[in-house]
Order: sequence, then structure tokens, then C-alpha cells
Amino acid sequence: MTVQTLEAPDTRILALPEDEVTIQVKGLDFFYSGKQALFGVSVGFKRKAVTALIGPSGCGKSTLLRTLNRMYSLYPGQKAEGEVLLDGEDVLARGVDLSALRARVGMVFQKPTPFPMSIFENVAYGVRLYERLPRAELANRVEEALRRAALWDEVKDKLKDSGLGLSGGQQQRLCVARAIAVKPEVLLLDEPASALDPISTARLEETIRELRSDYTVIIVTHNMGQAARLSDHTGFMYLGQLVEFGETDQVFTNPATGRARDYITGRFG
Amino acid sequence: MSAGSPRLGRRISEVAFLAFCWAATGVALIALAAILWSLIRQGIGGLNLDVFTRSTPAPGSRGGLLNAILGSLMMCAVAMAGAVTVGVLAGTWLSEFAKDSRYGKVVRFLNDVLLSAPSILVGLFVYELMVRPMKGFSGYAGALALALLAVPVITRTTEDVLRLQPTALREASVALGAPVWRTILTVIWKSAQGGMLTGALLAFARISGETAPLLFTALNNQFLSLDLSHPMANLPVVIFNFALSAYDDWRRLAWAGALLIAASVLTVTIIARLTTREPKRS
Amino acid sequence: MTAAIESHEAAPARTAKGAVFDRTFEALCFGAATLLLTALGGLIVSLAIGGWPAFAKFGPRFFISSDWDPVQEVYGASGAIVGTLVSSALALLFALPLALGVAIFLVELCPVRLRRPIGTAVELLAGIPSIVYGMWGLFVFAPWFAHNVQLPIMTAAPPGSIWETITSGVPNGAGILAASLILAIMILPFIAATLRELLLTIPPAVRESAYGLGSNTFEVIRKVSLPYIRTGAVGAIMLGLGRALGETMAVTFIIGNSHGFPTSIFASGATIASTIANEFAEATGELHTASLIALGLVLFVITFAVLALARLMIGRQVNS
Repeated sequence: MTVQTLEAPDTRILALPEDEVTIQVKGLDFFYSGKQALFGVSVGFKRKAVTALIGPSGCGKSTLLRTLNRMYSLYPGQKAEGEVLLDGEDVLARGVDLSALRARVGMVFQKPTPFPMSIFENVAYGVRLYERLPRAELANRVEEALRRAALWDEVKDKLKDSGLGLSGGQQQRLCVARAIAVKPEVLLLDEPASALDPISTARLEETIRELRSDYTVIIVTHNMGQAARLSDHTGFMYLGQLVEFGETDQVFTNPATGRARDYITGRFG
Repeated sequence: MSAGSPRLGRRISEVAFLAFCWAATGVALIALAAILWSLIRQGIGGLNLDVFTRSTPAPGSRGGLLNAILGSLMMCAVAMAGAVTVGVLAGTWLSEFAKDSRYGKVVRFLNDVLLSAPSILVGLFVYELMVRPMKGFSGYAGALALALLAVPVITRTTEDVLRLQPTALREASVALGAPVWRTILTVIWKSAQGGMLTGALLAFARISGETAPLLFTALNNQFLSLDLSHPMANLPVVIFNFALSAYDDWRRLAWAGALLIAASVLTVTIIARLTTREPKRS
Repeated sequence: MTAAIESHEAAPARTAKGAVFDRTFEALCFGAATLLLTALGGLIVSLAIGGWPAFAKFGPRFFISSDWDPVQEVYGASGAIVGTLVSSALALLFALPLALGVAIFLVELCPVRLRRPIGTAVELLAGIPSIVYGMWGLFVFAPWFAHNVQLPIMTAAPPGSIWETITSGVPNGAGILAASLILAIMILPFIAATLRELLLTIPPAVRESAYGLGSNTFEVIRKVSLPYIRTGAVGAIMLGLGRALGETMAVTFIIGNSHGFPTSIFASGATIASTIANEFAEATGELHTASLIALGLVLFVITFAVLALARLMIGRQVNS
């Protein structure tokens, strides 16, 4: 079965083989209380790879991300139509267990969102939702997650301190640790470095690169360099449409569409 | 000169205006000082150990305010327990679930009205609701009246502080798959607990000095009683009765009681204020 | 599609514990909010039911007559209604300029270091229990007022003039005017606090551009700030009025508690709240009780109207 994409003349979308993708989006429309924000987006996100979504503000890249874990369901006025297949199951279908979905699809936000509790409790929060583990095992899970997020060495002696006391960059890595402690398959990153200084950004990027070996990572970013450095595939969105999607090298060095070329070379955005 | 006089006029009006603002503030501060000074001067003499160890006396005999203090504390405690439960849940509903729905707007509006409704009417309401059908004044009726006065305060402050919590915090918890109720209980309430505590303290300060709603709900009791199902002594009503009496020793006790109640209310108010930030120019 | 599932080791479906309680929790919160609404509804209904015998017996006379005589079992509310309106209006008259002065002082003039202590002090004025105001009013303020204000004014009044009529009374310090002054002190901090919040919502750029044109503080306040907060300020005033109308204990101590129309500013009078506070617990019969509750309903209707208007106006200001 091949991916059905309606390619208009001014778009170029690379169709990935279905057995390589974790999430396959098909003909996705999205509405904010009646106002359409996504138009027939179809795209596949490759397993154990990083996909970057770029485009000017308001192009729908965050909206697309928030559809993948049904975050929009929090808000009564928002609705999505089409299909989002996670390992073949449509997550937009009625009666989908949102909690189970979000255990498989983790998310990190634009601004760090540490909870008002200790560093340890922050990471354990998600684990405790699903599993009742003995103390030692829970401590192992927390340590493992903090190590993967490259935060362990900095916080191992102050796990009982409040998570709010960490620096912005540390807080963001704490949020990454919190998300992966739940052992998801997919990790959604919504402009995770936009509130960070360059050094913290570099450390976070390092962390993300290492996560690639185990997770399907999808990152929304405003930073072209970041997309180029981190990702295997890049999607360029404009006015609610996915205009171009392909290998990152290809998209950046030889964009097929005028829009993408203008945006990447900095002519607008 | 012709050019000088409007400028002089401007100058004079400016100075007069500034002086008036200073004076107005002065009047407010003097009023506060005068009230506190009389309280201390008249009340401190009556404060002795008897006040805390003996119950209200017959005129001319030894006594204190023990029954009134205990009665007030008990009714306030019961009232606050109920009011915090209802107020926090109602405030949470307004902030987290109702958002801008029509019903939410109605509840919010009526809560604001209830917030400054005359307290004596709450007393009348509870009289009709409890005292008359049950054929007797009681500590429970008093506590219910106080609770009805505290609930709107707690509801309002709860909604206000919950709305200040960042959306991202809610989404971050939900994104981990946490149910909404867990998100609210463990993340949002925790994050807002300082502000919610302030609200509860302000509500407590408000009801602990209230007299009018207790006049015909808890009534009064000359003796020490810890039974909430009977009429119950309480500081405000005892102060009211004793202050308007003709006996000097009763009046002395009234002043001592007034000092006690004002001191505790003001202390709670100051503590509540110290935990909140000063309003800033937006 | 099947290939996709087989090629990946599907994770076991995990659901967070307790997801089923979401509905319960929302219902609980909704119930609390509805309880609040029911309380207000119950208040109105119970006052209407409790006061019904009085309305039924006296009809419109209840509102017109000022006879209030428990011995003859005749009850007319107009004395108390007028007493309530007059004392509150006078209180507002005194409190408003002062509150405006305090609010402007705190926002514009106060040295930064003193802002917090003075702001807190004004708030403490609002925190003092009304029974303390009552005692202070009766035992401290009234004697001072009688000696330093009431007597000089009464002696200065030319015999036979209107001046003498409106200042006649027993020079004991208790009466309508004294009650209004105490009420004014009580509502001042409420009005000042709301006005202060409103003044703080004015964008700095608006004020700065007025200063930039060479205006002085008085002109900026009068021509820019006050027009800017006009709607909200009216709301703040109504809020203060609402407080004054329903205030009970302080007024009960000092207004003198006599039924009928107040004849002068120094005469004793009664308000709705003071009448209820004084008589309810010792009401002589069913009709007396019912009449007092009917008075309560009248007070509720008046304050509800005032407070509702106040909230609407403040809300509109803050939202715009």
C-alpha cells in the first residue's frame, strides 16, 4: 500500500515506505473553532530518526505537532479531520484512550515546564501515573532518564531540591527526562530551545542527537541551523500546508519549491 | 502679568491638589491610628488571665471570655472547613472547566455579588433555613452563616490564582498522559497553593470579626459549651451585648474582647498580605 | 499496514491510573459552583417567603408608611429605607474625595519605600471588624464629635433659620451624620483599593505622553487618568455604596436607633440593617418577625441592584 498524497504542482513531498514510519499522517485538516489551520497535510515520520518541521510563524507546524498527541482535545473548539496513524492505529478515532496515546507520544514544550516539586518527583511523576514500582526500581528509572537527558551529573546530589531552582537549560533537559522516563516511542519537541541561551541550546541539541537511536523525534523549530544540524528529514510548512518534505540535505541544499527556497535563504519568515 | 497669572493659577491648583492627596492619606492613617490607640488604651487594662480562663460573668462578679473565645474558634473552624472545600472546588470549576461558558459567567457574576452582600441578610437566611425549622439557635447555624460569607472570598481568590498558572504547565502534565483531575490536584493546586492560602486567610479574617450574621443564628450562651447543636457564645456577640450594657466590668470585658479580635484579624490580614506581591503598573 | 505493526514490537497499552475519575472530579467542582448559585437563590426565596406575611398584611403601605410600632403591630419601612439611603449617600459624599486622594497618593505621589507600608495600613482599615468601629464610634468618636463639631454648629445656628432645623437634635454625638462619618471611614479603603487598581491599569505611555506635553500632575489626573478610568470608577463608587447600605454593627451602635423619618442631620434614626440587628432576636410576634425579614428583602433588592451595576461597570472597564 502506497502513501496517498495529493501533490499540487508547487509542492514536493517525499513518501516514506510505511514500514519505516512510526506515525503516518493522511489528509489532515485542522480547525480552530471553525477557522481552518491545516489543509490536507500528509506526511510520514521515520522511526528512530529526527524530523524537523520548519516554516514561518503561524504556518501550522505547532498545530501539526499538537495533533499527534491529541493535545488539542483539551480545548472544546478545536478539531482535527483526516487520519493520524500511530503504528497503524488512527489516534484521531473516537474512543481512543488519550492517556495510553500520550504514554507512547511524549512532548516537550517551548518554555520549560518543571512542576512545583523536587527534581526526583518531576521525573517520577509520569512513571507513577502508569506503574507502581518499588523504590529502588523507581530510583533507577529516574536516574536512567536523567542520564539520557544529560542532566544526571549536574543534579545527582540535589535530587530532593525543587525543580524550579534549576537554570532554564537544565529545566528544559529535566522536561526531556520527564518525558522519556515514561518510555514513549515518539518524542515531540515544540521549539524546545527558543527560550534558551546558545550554550544551553548546544547541550540540548547534543541530547536530542543521542535520543535519535531509540526514539522517533519530531522537532518544531524556527532555527534553520538547528533543523539542518539535527534532523534526517525536514518538512517546510506554509499557510497550513506542507509545501516540501524530504531528506534534510535535499531540502536545504536544493529546495524544489520557491517558497521553501525563499524561506531557507532568509528572504522571508 | 497677563502671561503670568494662568501659570500662577496652574501652580496653585497643582499644589492644592497635591496637598489634598497628602491630607486624604493623612486622614486615613490618623483614623487607623486613633482606632488602634483607643483599642489598646481601653482594652489592655481588661486583659488578664481571667479573660482566657473564665467564662462570661454575671454583672459584678469575676469572669472572662473563655466561652466566647472557644465558641468563636469552633464555629470559625467548622465554617472554614466547609467553605474551603466548597470554595476551592467552585473556584477550580470556574477556572478550569467553565472558562467562558454562559453558566460560568453567571456563577462568577453572582459570586461577586455575594462577595459584598450584607452579612446580616446571610444571618436572616440561615435563620429561615435552619433556626426556624429546627426550632432553636445553634452553633451549627452560626457556622453555616459564617461559611456562606467565606465561600465567595475563597472561590474568587482560587479562580484568580488558578488562572495565573501557565497553560504550558497544564499541558505538560496532560502530555504525560495524566488525567485532568490529577493534573489539577498535583500540579496546578500545588503551584497555586500560596495564593490559595492567602485567600483562605483573608476569608478567615473576614468571618472572625463578623457579628451581624451570628446575632440570630448562634445567638449567645452565658456558659461554657462545646456543643455545636446548642446556642453558642462567641466573641462578637458578647462584645456587642457587653458594650451596650450599663455595667462597667462588662464594658471592660467588651474592650478587651474587641482588642483581642482586632489584633487577631489584623495579624491574619498582615500575614496574608505579606505572602502576596504588591500590585504593579501594567 | 500489518507490516508496520509486525515490524515494530508494539508496546503494551498503558493507561494512567484513575483516568475514570475525571468525570467525577469535574462533577464535584460543578456541584460546588452550583451550590453557590443555590445559596444566592435560597437567600432570595427565603427572604421572600419569610417576609410574605408583612407584604400581605400591609401591601404598599409597608413601603410608604414610616410607623414602626411593635406594640400596635403596625409596621412601615419607609423610615428605615430613607435612613439607609441618606446615611449611605452622606457616607459616600465624605468617602469619595478622600478615597480618590488616597488612591492618587499611592499611585502617583508616594515615595516607593513607603508605598507598601501605607498601602497595607489603608487595607488594615478595611480589615478592622465592624463591631470595633461601632464601639470606637460610640465611646470615642461620639463624645469628641458632640463636643467639637455638633455643639459649635448648633450654637452658631441662628434661631428660627433652616440652619437650625437641619442641625437640631440632642448633642450626644449619636445620629445620622455621625453614623455617616463612621461609615465613610469604613468604605474609604474599599473604594481607594479599587480606584488604585484602576489607576494602575492606565498604560504608562498614555500618562507619559500627557506629561511630555508639559502637563502637571493635577492636569494629568483630571484630564487623562480620571476620564480613562471613568466607567470603572463609577463601579468602585457603587461597590462602596453597596458596603455602606448593608453595614450593620457600626451603624447600630451610633445611629441612635429611633424609628420614623430623620428630621435633621444630628437626629437619631435607623437603617434597615440596624433595625434588624436590634429587634430580630427579640421580635414580639410572627408579624414583627415577618416585617423584619421583609425589610431584609428590601435591603437585598437595593444592594443587589447597586452591586450588580458596580460589577458590570468594573468588569467592562477591566476588560476594555
